[in-house]
Amino acid sequence: MVDITLSGLAHSYQSSPSKDEDYAIRHMDHVWEQGGAYALLGPSGCGKSTLLNIMSGLLAPSQGDVLFDDKRVNQLPPQERNIAQVFQFPVVYDTMTVFDNLAFPLRNTGVPEAQIRERVHEVADALELTSHLKRKARNLTADEKQKVSMGRGLVRSDVAAILFDEPLTVIDPQLKFKLRRKLKEIHQRFAVTMIYVTHDQLEASTFADKIAVMYEGQIVQFGTPRELFERPAHTFVGYFIGSPGMNFLEVDMADGQVVCQGSPLAVDESVQMAIEKALSGTATVKLGIRPEFVQVSAEPGEGFIEVSMDQCQDLGTFSILSVRLGQVVLKARVEEGRTLPAQRAYIRFPPEHLGLYVDEYRVEIGGIHNKENGPHGEGNGLHGEEEA
Amino acid sequence: MNKVRNNSAWWLVLPMLALVTFSAIVPLMTVVNYSVQDVLDPHTRYFVGVEWFVDTLNNPGLQAALARQFAFSLTILAIEVPLGIGVALLMPKRGWQASLVLILVTLPLLIPWNVVGSIWQIFTRGDIGLMGWSLRQLGYPYNITSSSIDAWATIILMDVWHWTSLIALLCYSGLQAIPEAYYQAARIDRASRWAVFRYIQLPKLTNVLVIGVLLRFMHSFMIYAEPFVLTGGGPGSSTTFLSQSLAIMATAQFDVGPSAAFSLIYFLIILLVCWVFYTAIMNLQKDRRGEGPDA
Repeated sequence: MVDITLSGLAHSYQSSPSKDEDYAIRHMDHVWEQGGAYALLGPSGCGKSTLLNIMSGLLAPSQGDVLFDDKRVNQLPPQERNIAQVFQFPVVYDTMTVFDNLAFPLRNTGVPEAQIRERVHEVADALELTSHLKRKARNLTADEKQKVSMGRGLVRSDVAAILFDEPLTVIDPQLKFKLRRKLKEIHQRFAVTMIYVTHDQLEASTFADKIAVMYEGQIVQFGTPRELFERPAHTFVGYFIGSPGMNFLEVDMADGQVVCQGSPLAVDESVQMAIEKALSGTATVKLGIRPEFVQVSAEPGEGFIEVSMDQCQDLGTFSILSVRLGQVVLKARVEEGRTLPAQRAYIRFPPEHLGLYVDEYRVEIGGIHNKENGPHGEGNGLHGEEEA
Repeated sequence: MNKVRNNSAWWLVLPMLALVTFSAIVPLMTVVNYSVQDVLDPHTRYFVGVEWFVDTLNNPGLQAALARQFAFSLTILAIEVPLGIGVALLMPKRGWQASLVLILVTLPLLIPWNVVGSIWQIFTRGDIGLMGWSLRQLGYPYNITSSSIDAWATIILMDVWHWTSLIALLCYSGLQAIPEAYYQAARIDRASRWAVFRYIQLPKLTNVLVIGVLLRFMHSFMIYAEPFVLTGGGPGSSTTFLSQSLAIMATAQFDVGPSAAFSLIYFLIILLVCWVFYTAIMNLQKDRRGEGPDA
């Protein structure tokens, strides 16, 4: 039961890394607080598993420290860290029964047998393995085996953290949902720190209280699912979270106006000043907006810019509209039942939903967030309908 | 759907049948034929039924050879299997060291039986053999031609030297096939080195070990050239194994009938032992419900 602190952490699989690309983990400072349910979200190859292995001690970091509370554990092997880890593919001890598999981590540390029985039954019950306890592990199906693997992680009640490395890959979708709920329940019951690695945003947001988004070996944002949706700190988070991802428009200044692909955009004055300032250097400046907040209209209007229709994807209760502004394709989410323009449309970006990104990182400006609208709030991409 | 019944397809089995006939049935039937007859000369023979089988089974010399044969096979298995596993565990997993060790370990397997016998024959000589000479210098009156204990120990040592590599190579390939995640999980579960061997490595080696043990059993049960060259079956008949007994019977004494009966019994023993062993191992792997702690 400790806080896990990563301080100045970096790791490379090469012996003499020189450039940023050589690192699987690039300079990372982060704290996982005791008792939290966290998700580590990112695309394949972004360093998630590396980070997990460093925390569990399977891998020694090339630079920086891993601290359990104030104790530096860099050189401690997993056996001495008291940490549990569940891998992507099931690992079971073939010749043992399910019971013995679950009891194994406890027996290795000499826990009294009575206590082991109690604990194993508790975990087996939570994972619905009770009826399989006497079976040999080798004869189980893949998802039963994975439940056993997870059970071995959960059976230890005193661990510093339980790390899950995409544990539900081999599980079929229905059971996946159930198991995620189970994990959440177990988390609430035992209050043990859980870190759940995944590349699936839905999985991350249903399990975790806070999500760390990883990209190219760095945690680019750490926040609640809502924060990630509303204020992505990095353009990558914008792309990665949400379906479809955030629209990003590279902007420029012309005749004292903010323009994108030749079309002037209406922005707050403070934002315009920030853009001007950023553009005076060599920075690339982007404005980001969620498809949910783009207003679409069939008629021209104040602040609307003209775009050409690209395609429309009907997803049942809503449609995803692709429109073209010069060379840029933008997505907009419109509710079902709206008649959509066939050739040309007019869109508007409500200034309160525009985010400013300088060199891919979000720049917060007073006034740009004068209004907060959640993904399920009243302003959920509906503005266009009223104004059309 | 109407099922087309056309039994003429059975004719397609013929080529396979012909092949098996020539490779197995015909040679075997010749032996069966001899085993029930007393052949006096190429033109005179009598049908004797199971007489040769009864004789063979009651022959004290052959019974002793059979006992020696089992003692030998079980001894070398008891040494080579654990030793082979041990060697495999110690072999480097990758890099040039792995290649080098693989070659060194494979070398004994490439040497023909007769040559192995000759090498050891010279090696153990008291006058010019490195081992024989050294042992004598150390004060031990080593002599495989007069001491049956020395002869036995040397034959076993020779077989272990020649064939442990086979078990080691099979186990090595089995070990290489174990995914890294198993070892990682074991470290996370705080398993001891022994537990890793007992619950991860050994179970994953079961299949290659079954093959290894079967091969080694069959091989060693049929051993001929090596002891023949090394000790010639002596001193006395203390290292005369079944193959050599058979060879004496069939070629030196020209007892065609008894040696045919003997061959069939020999063959059936090997078949039986392998079958029993294989069935026993496969049964071990089955799920036995009702064992372990109460649910």
